[in-house]
Amino acid sequence: MSSQATSAAPLLQASGLEISFGGVKAADGVNLTVHEGEFVAIIGPNGSGKTTFLNICTGYLKPSRGQVFLAGRDITQLPPRSIARQGIARAFQIPQLFTDHSLIDNLMLSIAARHGIWQALSPLDRPEYRAEAMEILELLGLAAHADTLTGTLPEGLRKLADITLAFALDPRLLVLDEPTSGVSSIERFQIMETLMKAMRSRKLSALFVEHDMDVVERYADRVVVWNAGHVMAEGRPAEVMQDPRVLESVVGVA
Amino acid sequence: MPKPLIGLAAGVALLAALPLAVPFMTFVVTLAVAKGFAALGVALLLRAGLISLGHAMYFAIGAYTTAFLMQKTGITDFAILVAASIIVATLAGLAFGAFLVRYRAIFFAMLNLAVSMVIYALCSKLYGVTGGTDGLRVGVPTVFAWVPEKAAFDTFLLYATLGLMLVLGWLGHRYLKSPLGHALAAVHTNEVRLEYLGVSAWSTLLTAYGISAGLAGLGGALSAMAIGHVLPEFAFWTESGHLVLTAVLGGVGGVAGPFIGSIFLELVHVVAVGVAAEAWNLIIGVALICVIFFLPRGLFGLIEGRRGKTGGTDL
Repeated sequence: MSSQATSAAPLLQASGLEISFGGVKAADGVNLTVHEGEFVAIIGPNGSGKTTFLNICTGYLKPSRGQVFLAGRDITQLPPRSIARQGIARAFQIPQLFTDHSLIDNLMLSIAARHGIWQALSPLDRPEYRAEAMEILELLGLAAHADTLTGTLPEGLRKLADITLAFALDPRLLVLDEPTSGVSSIERFQIMETLMKAMRSRKLSALFVEHDMDVVERYADRVVVWNAGHVMAEGRPAEVMQDPRVLESVVGVA
Repeated sequence: MPKPLIGLAAGVALLAALPLAVPFMTFVVTLAVAKGFAALGVALLLRAGLISLGHAMYFAIGAYTTAFLMQKTGITDFAILVAASIIVATLAGLAFGAFLVRYRAIFFAMLNLAVSMVIYALCSKLYGVTGGTDGLRVGVPTVFAWVPEKAAFDTFLLYATLGLMLVLGWLGHRYLKSPLGHALAAVHTNEVRLEYLGVSAWSTLLTAYGISAGLAGLGGALSAMAIGHVLPEFAFWTESGHLVLTAVLGGVGGVAGPFIGSIFLELVHVVAVGVAAEAWNLIIGVALICVIFFLPRGLFGLIEGRRGKTGGTDL
């Protein structure tokens, strides 16, 4: 994929992040950079601090030490809503949707959030929002479900729906927490294909946590291996997967 | 013309005509619609999943503002009194709401109740300002240069109240359909996602809380003029409970619901007091149970019919 990615400007830069819960260090001096246009995967055993790292990058948790920069701007202490407005959009491991609204209403709300929510007398359902929402739904293959209540969508589609909400914010960086967990292995590649196509067409950068090694090998430009709160290895997927330490701790092959 | 609009027009026409046939209905309808504004305020918060058990305080604040201005400052103009009551109630709502909307569920309900009982106590005790437990008398307001008799003013008040219901009902309808109105409902279903879309749940709720307090204040001002007297009981917690009951009974799916609920309750009240004065609470209780079991979207759901099954409502 983009071989010149490493020479591009850093979009997200985390340096020296530390955070602990009780005695467990979920981040112990984490440094990580995502460049413009890169797809970076984070892998690692359960409980190694991957989601905690995403939570710090999106403002849900504050690190006890260290900083996060988005395009050179310090965002460490900002709340999630400010970071969302700065350009980091997040999709969740467990889909977070407005379950009493239809899918297209969910999307139009996300689009309205980007344009400014402070409109009390003009309708949410307006032609330009609807057109943009349909465009995103088509991009991610959900157009047929536009009028379905998101609470009644099947799990696989809810995951994609959650990602479309992040898409609709037109972010600079998409943060995905296990986009293919809870999805059958056949659907997994379909979802990733759709997602990658959509991300490329929007020239998005992405940081995603993933458990499936096949998905990582096929789609990530770079992979970061997490272990016990620090980065154990990073590099191109093919290289990293050869590393015996990685094989032992993450892939589970001694 | 769509069906609900025909129903709406027929309903308003009936309300406007009823007092012509039965004169004492002027008072009943005016009071019902006035309380409907307060119930609408409560209904807005119910959309965000928040139950306020203290909104009678804003109703009382509106009523006392009107009474106080008339007695102590000599301002008698209807428009000024109404505007001042809305403004004072809204400001009070924004001040209390700034910390109240940080809470959810039972904590929100109880804190509203607590604050409203402080307001109730102040109304009872600050004799110099509020007249203590005697309350304050409200004279007949003037309308611009017109100095009406009590009966003429009551008629004017009825139609002014109905007019305000149409204008504010329309604005409220627009609000519920707007991005901000949808964000309010979104607080209920997924606050985390809302924050991750870059929207502050606190600001969204505070806006709604301010609007709801202003609506309750308007209801209070109109009621004060209709009744001719304000009492600390306006702020008592049972009144707040009555507003929640009205909103749930009428339905919180759209702006028409709380008004329908309020008119229904006042009419039942009139009939029940005449027929079986002791059974009034029993009748209301049974009515509420029936609505909750058979009409989960409230009386409004009857009119709305089979449309809006997806949750979106139009009126």
